[in-house]
Amino acid sequence: MRYIDEYRDAGAARQYAEMIRKTTTRPWTLMEICGGQTHTIVKFGIESLLPRELTLVHGPGCPVCVTPLEIIDKAIIIASRPDVIFTSFGDMLRVPGSTKDLLSVKAEGGNVRMVYSPLDAVKIAQQNPEKKVVFFAVGFETTAPANAMSVWQAKRLGLKNFSILCSHVLVPPAMEALLSSPANLVQGFLAAGHVCTVMGFEEYFPISAKYNVPIVVTGFEPVDILQGVYMTVKQLEEGRREVENQYARSVRREGNVPAQKLLAEVFDVTDRKWRGIGSIPRSGYRLKKEYAEYDADIVFDVGNITVQESPLCIAGLVLQGLKKPHECAAFGKQCTPERPLGAPMVSSEGACAAYYHYRRFATELSPAPVG
Amino acid sequence: MGDQQPVDINQISCPLPISDYKQVLLAHGGGGKLTQQLIQKMFLSQFQNEYLEPLHDGAVFSVNGTRLAFSTDSYVVNPIFFPGGTIGELAVNGTVNDLAMCGARPRYLSAAFIIEEGLSMEDLWRVVVSMQEAARKSGVMLVTGDTKVVDRGKGDRIFINTSGVGVVDAGINVSPKSAQVGDKIIVSGLIAVHGIAIMSVREGLEFDTPIRSDTAALNDLVQAMFAVSKNIHVLRDPTRGGVASALNEIASSSNVGMKILEERIPLSEDVRGACEILGLDPLYVANEGKLIAFVPARDSEQVLAAMRGHPLGKGSVIIGEVVSDYPGTVIMRSRIGGNRVVDMISGEQLPRIC
Repeated sequence: MRYIDEYRDAGAARQYAEMIRKTTTRPWTLMEICGGQTHTIVKFGIESLLPRELTLVHGPGCPVCVTPLEIIDKAIIIASRPDVIFTSFGDMLRVPGSTKDLLSVKAEGGNVRMVYSPLDAVKIAQQNPEKKVVFFAVGFETTAPANAMSVWQAKRLGLKNFSILCSHVLVPPAMEALLSSPANLVQGFLAAGHVCTVMGFEEYFPISAKYNVPIVVTGFEPVDILQGVYMTVKQLEEGRREVENQYARSVRREGNVPAQKLLAEVFDVTDRKWRGIGSIPRSGYRLKKEYAEYDADIVFDVGNITVQESPLCIAGLVLQGLKKPHECAAFGKQCTPERPLGAPMVSSEGACAAYYHYRRFATELSPAPVG
Repeated sequence: MGDQQPVDINQISCPLPISDYKQVLLAHGGGGKLTQQLIQKMFLSQFQNEYLEPLHDGAVFSVNGTRLAFSTDSYVVNPIFFPGGTIGELAVNGTVNDLAMCGARPRYLSAAFIIEEGLSMEDLWRVVVSMQEAARKSGVMLVTGDTKVVDRGKGDRIFINTSGVGVVDAGINVSPKSAQVGDKIIVSGLIAVHGIAIMSVREGLEFDTPIRSDTAALNDLVQAMFAVSKNIHVLRDPTRGGVASALNEIASSSNVGMKILEERIPLSEDVRGACEILGLDPLYVANEGKLIAFVPARDSEQVLAAMRGHPLGKGSVIIGEVVSDYPGTVIMRSRIGGNRVVDMISGEQLPRIC
């Protein structure tokens, strides 16, 4: 398969692993921002190819993981209403709320449907005029344009029965929040390639300069990740702190301008709470006033919800890169993908689930010979 | 049972933990860990007996000195017609294959139909004709049956249950408990085809040539394998839950580890592409015309050659072997040389957000 096979090539991977080994002279801690990158790293066993001096910590870029518990509880309340068809991406369905998940709502008779695109939810709204159709709009800048498009289309079609429950989050403010924390360990970032496909990478220059940190826009295949790690380590070793683009086959400096225009038309930037991290100023999107009739938060007026996170779960520390999943006392014991205590155990992008599925024996697994 | 109180499942004492779900979820039928829990906690705990306990695709027992295999399966696929097959063909081939995976020659099948009011006679006829054609091809007879019609909205067009009986020849002993260290693991061809054929219809994906289900009866292929070796330890058709779930079940039943190589897993380009688009891992996607065999190393080349000489086994490959390390666990060496655990899936495979 073109554009995939080249980036899963064992020879190229071996070459980059070797270049990384030769370049690395001392310990460095890097963070990959995106959950998709975490997934690739553990799925392909990339850490076993890296020199001992390098530590990869897994960033907060898993939309499922950082969506606050209150919003999930809100989704569950809305989805349980008999007049609602609740639509969502697949992996949000199994995220535990305070008492249950959306799959349980479905089992109890709620009309909960998995869709691949928010535009499918718009279609469902057209086909079911007697129902209120709600789409669970979560995710980063990557999913935001399609979600914005659903609202824009609904307005053009004059739909009165479509709304989105919006919990969009933005990457650069989260990076700043991590970097400004006194506990920060991260010395270089692999920025999330797909986020940059939409937004470009202009906004990373001031962050790189302010915190003196290399930021390399990186793709999602194993060779992408290894090349991204190589570029970041090379900068660190050479004393450079710059923004570079490994994922040039997909990302332009200015990003996808029409998508950005649509985002500006539909959304305002707002403060947002991140599960496990807390509130970060100007770190999310909410619908503009002009689109209030498509805002499920306003349409259903569920009110404020107070929640209690599991005291055992250290998701916040994991999402900030301060702990590795297997350092949690509940990991694989009270907390498993069947009964997750925290969101990172749910999504295959979540660091805890990725460790559970692919790396449980990692400490015992000897690094495999390459090739 | 009579007027006994309904049992509170949370009160049943059992060493196995049950999930806290108070209702059955769709994921309980997904072939993963939740299915295993349901079977262990609900069914096995009540029905416990020596024939059920191996949790094979069917039960094997002796009647007057003849060893018989007995198996049952229900078919609820939506859509009922899909590229490469129908629910009727699946219902015949599925039970034939379950018997074949017990090492049996399938002989007689029953068929029970639960039909939703309103199904067109034309569609029902298409299903029935496809069943008879599948039965003819695999050499079994449909010898008994049942029909029920339910109110519109109480079913999904048609559900079919088939049960089957087959004869196990002397000298053949296959069981999910029999995998041994050193066994080669053979897969009979391209994986994940059936699941993707169904998914692409449901999701409206279009390909240059549509992906067609691999539904097929494997009993003849199995006999071709036995003709060269009676030492095959395990046979399994990796249906729901895919190759990964089948390997995990066997690893756990036989208490052995497995090491497989990602680059050996047979996958077609279009199925790989569809899996990338849909966010699915092909190792967990269903097959309906493939089998996995565990064969002692000394017999593996003959068995592989016999499989490759059969039309349904042309694409057979050795994907890995049974190891003494990590009992109960399947390890895969990735294309680029890293190792990872191939776990049993928890419930349904949920596509990722981005």
